[in-house]
Amino acid sequence: MVKKTIHEINSKIRDGSVNVVTAEEMVHIVGELGAEGAAKEVDVVTTGTFGAMCSSGVWLNFGHSEPPIKMQKVFLNDVEAYTGVAAVDAFIGATQVSETLGMDYGGAHVIEDLIRGKSVHLHATSHGTDCYPRKVLDTTLSLNDMNQAIMINPRNAYQKYNAATNSTRSTVHTYMGSLLPSFGNVTYSGAGVLSPLSNDPDYMTIGTGTRIFLGGAQGYIVGEGTQHSSGGGFGTLMVQGDLKNMSTDYIRAANFTGYGTSLYVGMGVPIPILNEQIAQATAVSDAGVTTQILDYGIPSRDRPAIRDVTYEELRSGFVDINGKEVPTSSLSSFKKSRTIANELKDWITRGEFFVSMPVERLPKDVSAKPMKQTEGIAVVSDIMAVSVVTINKDASVYDAAKIIQDTSFNHLPVLNDDKTLAGIITAWDIAKAVSLNKFDLVEDIMTRKVITANADEQVAVVARRLDLNEVSAMPVLNKDRHIIGMITSDDISKLYARRS
Amino acid sequence: MKIKISISSDILTKPIMAEAILETGVLLNISQAHFDRSHGEVIADVESGKFDVMCKALTNKGAVVTKLNIPIKWDENECVECGACVSVCPTKVFSIAEDFSLDVDDTKCIQCGTCVDMCPHNALSLGNNK
Ligand code: SF4
Ligand code: SF4
Repeated sequence: MVKKTIHEINSKIRDGSVNVVTAEEMVHIVGELGAEGAAKEVDVVTTGTFGAMCSSGVWLNFGHSEPPIKMQKVFLNDVEAYTGVAAVDAFIGATQVSETLGMDYGGAHVIEDLIRGKSVHLHATSHGTDCYPRKVLDTTLSLNDMNQAIMINPRNAYQKYNAATNSTRSTVHTYMGSLLPSFGNVTYSGAGVLSPLSNDPDYMTIGTGTRIFLGGAQGYIVGEGTQHSSGGGFGTLMVQGDLKNMSTDYIRAANFTGYGTSLYVGMGVPIPILNEQIAQATAVSDAGVTTQILDYGIPSRDRPAIRDVTYEELRSGFVDINGKEVPTSSLSSFKKSRTIANELKDWITRGEFFVSMPVERLPKDVSAKPMKQTEGIAVVSDIMAVSVVTINKDASVYDAAKIIQDTSFNHLPVLNDDKTLAGIITAWDIAKAVSLNKFDLVEDIMTRKVITANADEQVAVVARRLDLNEVSAMPVLNKDRHIIGMITSDDISKLYARRS
Repeated sequence: MKIKISISSDILTKPIMAEAILETGVLLNISQAHFDRSHGEVIADVESGKFDVMCKALTNKGAVVTKLNIPIKWDENECVECGACVSVCPTKVFSIAEDFSLDVDDTKCIQCGTCVDMCPHNALSLGNNK
């Protein structure tokens, strides 16, 4: 039985005799010496991770202006920050996007610019009060001008994360990157063998107060992160650190096409090896961390799982999906994760960083609940129009024009003889045909590639399809491709108007 | 040399590439082809010295030929070596080395632009067409 105390390890750090290894090196050491031997030999194991952590941001204190203002709205380089706390504090979140530049620039970029020493423009507005009379304020500030810039990331360092793929026939752009059609690729995130929480899944040494590496500076674990779901192996951490000491080597803004901005955060947690149990836990390898590949083509909270997969397989470059070799890519950088684990190792070896015991352990066996929704989830059949006027494909353009005129329906689904959908024709198509002097059959002028919906699809999903395809109505089909209704963008706006 | 041959819908069904090859005796090594109702796009390799004759033959038959001579540009300062680009490139321009660095072999690039959208750090760009 090996038994060490934090005190003993810190004395060794002080006198330079401490033995620190990275979590990658520890796999081999435990393999060779066993857990007990490794626990005797090794004092601290360092972990590291560097990846997209959307739930990140910084509390800024700007100091008081003359005359003073109680800020009610704050924008930094046109990105809104939350300021509903006292007078001159604001939280700039990584995923908030610019009012003017949209997804190209966001809170993450403001944070990176501040670390780079750039000035940012601060615009604030207020109602004005007796004690804070000022109503508008504009100035430029750099990091040095702020009293505090404290990074507080509500949810970082996921123990592990789902891998993503796409079963549908078109590319989807997600926070997991571009996912190519028909299982064209798989993306994943997380450091596997180096992942902080995977190396201490029972939270024996990681908890509130643990001193860590955050963004190139010393930081601390505040406690469990939001959505902490330790039961399923998806624990998270809330962390804090001083932005003024951070480096852009370890904090980087990112843009995910079609999703928005995010912040790449570098974090490393030291694990003091107090006994062989802890040594054993840090021996976890990529093969020992299993996650699921989910189908991000399905825009639902409950994305279907395609299969289980280990980080070892993900990192090999290919995974097997239905007998096909699918290329994988990591979204987090393993090379940087390794650099962080090594940097932390150097800090400790040089006596610049001491390990700590948590003042509070992280909760075990808890799970995050889905949202309670009081309004119910509207589906297409709730709001679609069921009386639909259609036309046969062999009808004349003249007939179509007449029906549109008589019924004031703008979209006329066109049917084959067996009543299945052949196409769609709009008033616009008819106008075009007339202008070209083409009075042929409906079949010759209709749009054949029709965007359709199913009755049991969620309205929010269908609304997005309408937007993406820039159409204003869709036929609703049953599984035999017969029309059972129509859903229009008007129906959808009415639904949302009722609710707001 | 890599070239892109764009074929509009009105000549889509004509065997213009076969004709151009027979006529000029110059070989085309096709690496990617994409056709739909509206147009066709073919990426092919052609010997540099023979580009002019081939280009002329294809252009005479109504195709538009573009030289793909500026491959993907990689900005190492912006790159964090995540590897996100690896799985989306159709021609395996990117790979992860033994030490987890990113290797870029831009000679294979056919300038499809997929990786430009994928890179979270704006480290990849195309000079001439995207
Ligand atoms: S996706 Fe961009 S940042 Fe990531 S490795 Fe490729 S070039 Fe570098
Ligand atoms: S442009 Fe296309 S071919 Fe070129 S590197 Fe990017 S993904 Fe590969």
